[in-house]
Amino acid sequence: MGELRLMKGNEVIAEAAIRCGCDGYFGYPITPQSEVMETLMDREPWNETGMVVLQAESEIASIHMVYGAAASGKKVLTSSSSPGISLMSEGISYLAGAELPCLIVNVQRGGPGLGTIQPSQADYFQSTKGGGHGDYRLIVLAPSSVQEMNDFVELGFQLAFKYRNPALILTDGVIGQMMEKVVLADFIPRATEEEIDQKRGSWVTNGRKPNRQRNIITSLEMDSGRMEQNNLRLQAKYDRMEEEDVLFEELQCEDADYLLVAFGSSSRICQKAVDQAREKGIKVGLLRPITLFPFPKKPIAALAKRVKGILVVEMNAGQMIEDVQLAAGNVLPVMHFGRMGGIIPSPGEVVDALEQKLIGG
Amino acid sequence: MELADIINPNNLVYEKPKLLTENTMHYCPGCSHGVVHKLLAEVIEDLDIQEKTIGVSPVGCSVFAYNYIEIDWQEAAHGRAPAVATGIARTNPDKVVFTYQGDGDLASIGTAEILHACNRGENIVVIFINNGIYGMTGGQMAPTTLLGQITATTPNGRDAGRNGYPLKITELIAQLPGTSYVTRQSVHTPATIRRCKKAITKAFQAAMDKKGTSFVEVVSTCNMNWKMTPVKANEWMVENMFPFYKPGDLKDSSKTDPESYTPIKN
Repeated sequence: MGELRLMKGNEVIAEAAIRCGCDGYFGYPITPQSEVMETLMDREPWNETGMVVLQAESEIASIHMVYGAAASGKKVLTSSSSPGISLMSEGISYLAGAELPCLIVNVQRGGPGLGTIQPSQADYFQSTKGGGHGDYRLIVLAPSSVQEMNDFVELGFQLAFKYRNPALILTDGVIGQMMEKVVLADFIPRATEEEIDQKRGSWVTNGRKPNRQRNIITSLEMDSGRMEQNNLRLQAKYDRMEEEDVLFEELQCEDADYLLVAFGSSSRICQKAVDQAREKGIKVGLLRPITLFPFPKKPIAALAKRVKGILVVEMNAGQMIEDVQLAAGNVLPVMHFGRMGGIIPSPGEVVDALEQKLIGG
Repeated sequence: MELADIINPNNLVYEKPKLLTENTMHYCPGCSHGVVHKLLAEVIEDLDIQEKTIGVSPVGCSVFAYNYIEIDWQEAAHGRAPAVATGIARTNPDKVVFTYQGDGDLASIGTAEILHACNRGENIVVIFINNGIYGMTGGQMAPTTLLGQITATTPNGRDAGRNGYPLKITELIAQLPGTSYVTRQSVHTPATIRRCKKAITKAFQAAMDKKGTSFVEVVSTCNMNWKMTPVKANEWMVENMFPFYKPGDLKDSSKTDPESYTPIKN
């Protein structure tokens, strides 16, 4: 078993990045995620593993630094919070278009606009439906604990490299700021140039070697026919993600009459709500999507045939509910309960909403 | 004398650089890009760094630079090439990284990225093509468009009150401690082409020696969007652009105190 520590979610992102053999972090300060870069700068990983940590002039620059390093085959990440992710959306679209693997962490805060520094889950649409321009998808992982903040760093990179696609950890100010015990991962050495050439030599731009053609990283294609083929290739890749890499967790769904669907910090609240509802004699289960894209459509469709109603609990005005409705079909009521503006709902509020919206008081 | 007697390897006095591809260039006849591409290919070949050089070509006519030089390339978003180059150079300190940017890209949408990359002293080379106009989108006003100059968005000439003043960004760049070599060149005569090649060589050498950012502006023509013949465009550039964008070195750190600059730490 690895090293056990009590740590903040944001600090764990930094520690996990160093331990998984990251080559670089590029970021810009924004509340509530600044501890990621602060921890990295304090840890000085350049002395330990050779990892580069650079405070950029903006989120725009950060994501394009990630683009350059990722295109040279390196394992790199950035982190930010909602308004900063909006600024990064240009670069994220280019990363997806050029099919570059990297990790982006969004420690969400409330919006729109400057909004609030308090937690929110209002970037679900932005994360899962695009955010930037063009038809693209990110691999979106939603941790619900500090342990998963640790685990999803390496998992995110594995999926990013598997598909040559950016991966996003969609978390929020609750989990970023929360302290929990965490079992840290063991150290993985950074890849050498020889290893990068062996594994990724067919596409990386780290200098044209004598034994290969020159490589060009680009999302540009002026020929419509070829551009459509590029799009079809991307869509096939996203379909493959839906086939092979959907992650979710079911809690007390076996005998459930009603189903809660919640991700990230909302799912932690819903765990307690399930217990409270069951104490009142209401048989409730919880389905927690872990990958928000690819979305767990099949398990939701299966549960929709067994339960009487679904309540989607999110800290937003109702975003993931659209995917739940699409998965469930028109066979049962699918309702939403959410708080906004940085307000975190209590388990009791969730049970009340369940009774009022689905059971009928 | 037969044709075969003339076209004969023994008579060869000049050939295209080996690193230039066989692809037909999309640039307009008279455009300066082709000459600068040729110089870049020659310099990379002369320095024997084709196996460790990565070029970054952002949005603009020269986004397609990657079609013409036989090295690894990354296409970049509009203005972001210095950030992209930073990402490559920081995580690959033994490589040679250059950006190839137009004036709209570098001096307008990418102002933040170029200033901060130069201010940090990233070990990269910046080739800055300044033709005073947006070429690819059809000749709109650029930050470098001269006062009175007619473009698609200043049909009556650039007016300072309405459009602001032309930006001498190279003069700004030269003031930053992170830059080691900042120069302004042109490629409109054989002599200036030779000088420009020396400048590009020196810039690459400085980046390889980890002296910080080197910056080569090439005052260029866009005869198509200036709506002039190539010859007339060269004359117009000399008469109108050179008085404002004066050719010559703006900064050469080999002539200044090396103690004043802390190099990038990796």
